[in-house]
Amino acid sequence: MNPLSKPWIWSWLAAAGAFALTLGLTSGRGAGELGYAALSFGAFAAIVGLGQMLVITLGPGNVDLSIPATMTLAATLALKTMGTVEGTAFVGLAVALGVGLAAGFANYMLILLLRLPPIIATLAASLIYQSLAIWSNRGLRIKPPRELADFATGQVMGIPNVAWAGLLLAAVVWVVLERSVWGRWLLATGQNTHAARLAGIPVEMIRAATYLSVAVFASLAGYLLASFSGGAALNMGTEYLLMSIAVVVIGGSSIAGGNSNVPGVWGAALFMFLVVSMLNSYGAGAGVRSVLTGTIIIAIVIAASTRRVRA
Amino acid sequence: MSFLARHRIILPVVSLAVLLAATFYMQPRAMSYFGLNLLFNLAVPIALATIAQMMIIMVNDIDLSLGAFVSLVACVTATFLNDTPMLGLLILLALILSYALLGALIHALDLPAIVVTLGMSFVWGGLALFILPSPGGASPDWLRTLMTVKPPIVPMAVVASVIIAAVTHLLIIRSGIGTVLRGVGGNATSVARAGWPVIRLKAFAYGLAGLFGVLAGMTLVGLTTSADANIALRYTLLSIAGVILGGGEFIGGKVSPTGAVIGALTLTLAASFLSFMRLSPDWQIGAQGAILILVLTARLIFSRRGEA
Repeated sequence: MNPLSKPWIWSWLAAAGAFALTLGLTSGRGAGELGYAALSFGAFAAIVGLGQMLVITLGPGNVDLSIPATMTLAATLALKTMGTVEGTAFVGLAVALGVGLAAGFANYMLILLLRLPPIIATLAASLIYQSLAIWSNRGLRIKPPRELADFATGQVMGIPNVAWAGLLLAAVVWVVLERSVWGRWLLATGQNTHAARLAGIPVEMIRAATYLSVAVFASLAGYLLASFSGGAALNMGTEYLLMSIAVVVIGGSSIAGGNSNVPGVWGAALFMFLVVSMLNSYGAGAGVRSVLTGTIIIAIVIAASTRRVRA
Repeated sequence: MSFLARHRIILPVVSLAVLLAATFYMQPRAMSYFGLNLLFNLAVPIALATIAQMMIIMVNDIDLSLGAFVSLVACVTATFLNDTPMLGLLILLALILSYALLGALIHALDLPAIVVTLGMSFVWGGLALFILPSPGGASPDWLRTLMTVKPPIVPMAVVASVIIAAVTHLLIIRSGIGTVLRGVGGNATSVARAGWPVIRLKAFAYGLAGLFGVLAGMTLVGLTTSADANIALRYTLLSIAGVILGGGEFIGGKVSPTGAVIGALTLTLAASFLSFMRLSPDWQIGAQGAILILVLTARLIFSRRGEA
């Protein structure tokens, strides 16, 4: 089978290209450091991207715009609970994941009971989460407990711990999607909700589980990111809104739903970091960097679509 | 079909009226020329941006780059249009043209609009940073004069909103081309079978969105007198919310220009209303979300009645 027919290969090729071009400038020096940084920062994008991928798989119109607000709220409340006291890392994790569950539940209730389009429901809800975060944060920057900060910035076998978390999560999502009944149900729902319902699939259960998962993933990413960067900040999630959608699409998942791609999300997450560091090392300013990033995203989408037409 | 389901415009009108009444109750002094002017001051650019978003939603797409685009236009207006008006005008025309080309590209290659506009938001944002790395620039004098004009009886923002609603209503609801454009959102295949070049129609819809986006950026600079690269980023989400508040649907070409303008006014007023309530600043954003949910809940009652 032609490996180029795998949709996820493109994001990995793009990431490898950006990696090679960056190293071309330093004639190979710093390869390890660059790879390490890409894995660290890519992990956060990959975790939220996996969640967004599950939601987008649900079909047209499904997207979660509350990811940044959920990340911020989970991180803020978790760090506040831990209050830099040693030995509270798991309490903090429980608080963060609890926030994620609550946010996901609230999002889904808005969609189910008020029949709001998910875009609008998650947008409106995110404004409320943001307010809660502002209210509970009060501009304080609480440091994470030292052991947690050490864990988040540490490594095992040369791979950053946050990347291990992201890879583990990716493996779980892949198994659930490809090897479990739930995953098949999710894909079926995304391909044709009506047909899925007629086939006896509990569509609403699937949707509920998906919106819960994306919020829990976002809260995990927020918890890890705050521990990694020495505290929660109110704007810590901002860039992950567009990032989460971008990595799903560059990763080769269908934006129309019903077709998801776990390895591609990781490839795209690495690519999104590497392309910025590539442009940085070539001395591009913030404006040029942004223009080129956008152009590359569109180019990848066009490349993916022409391949689809030929196939 | 029930009366309410047929006249979708009633809900946005009622929402705006209720919110306006509540504002007047909280702050009776707002019930004046000066008060209304303050309340709706920033409504004109938001209404224009909402109309731009509506053009895209009309053809079943969604524009995630609108906020960045309006910011870029604001930067061009505050620099080139002020210093070298001819060059500035050419740039703005080129921006409208690039929107139309984007529409054609999205249709020709069958690309997901949500992703292409996502990519474009980086492009527009980068260009804006390039033009205006730090906040600054100045509004052209004529634009400033236009935006601060004081017509008799009703303030400029209200007059402008009525004009925007009337013009776009004529264009989208009453005219032949508007009906075909909405048809593209309803069923593109049947529009194509009827002999219309769908690619040109999509380019036209995107071009209109570009035009209204440009107008939004220009009026924004007329009000704020300067610009920065992030000045209008929140317009992306505001405009989507405005279209839906105004009774529009994400699919099927069901949009209402009048509703969209009213939706934009409602969102603007919600912000003013909350500052009158002396709400702690921490909760202002959240209360805006709550108002959004409340108004949309009312919509549910309408559609349920419609089904019955």
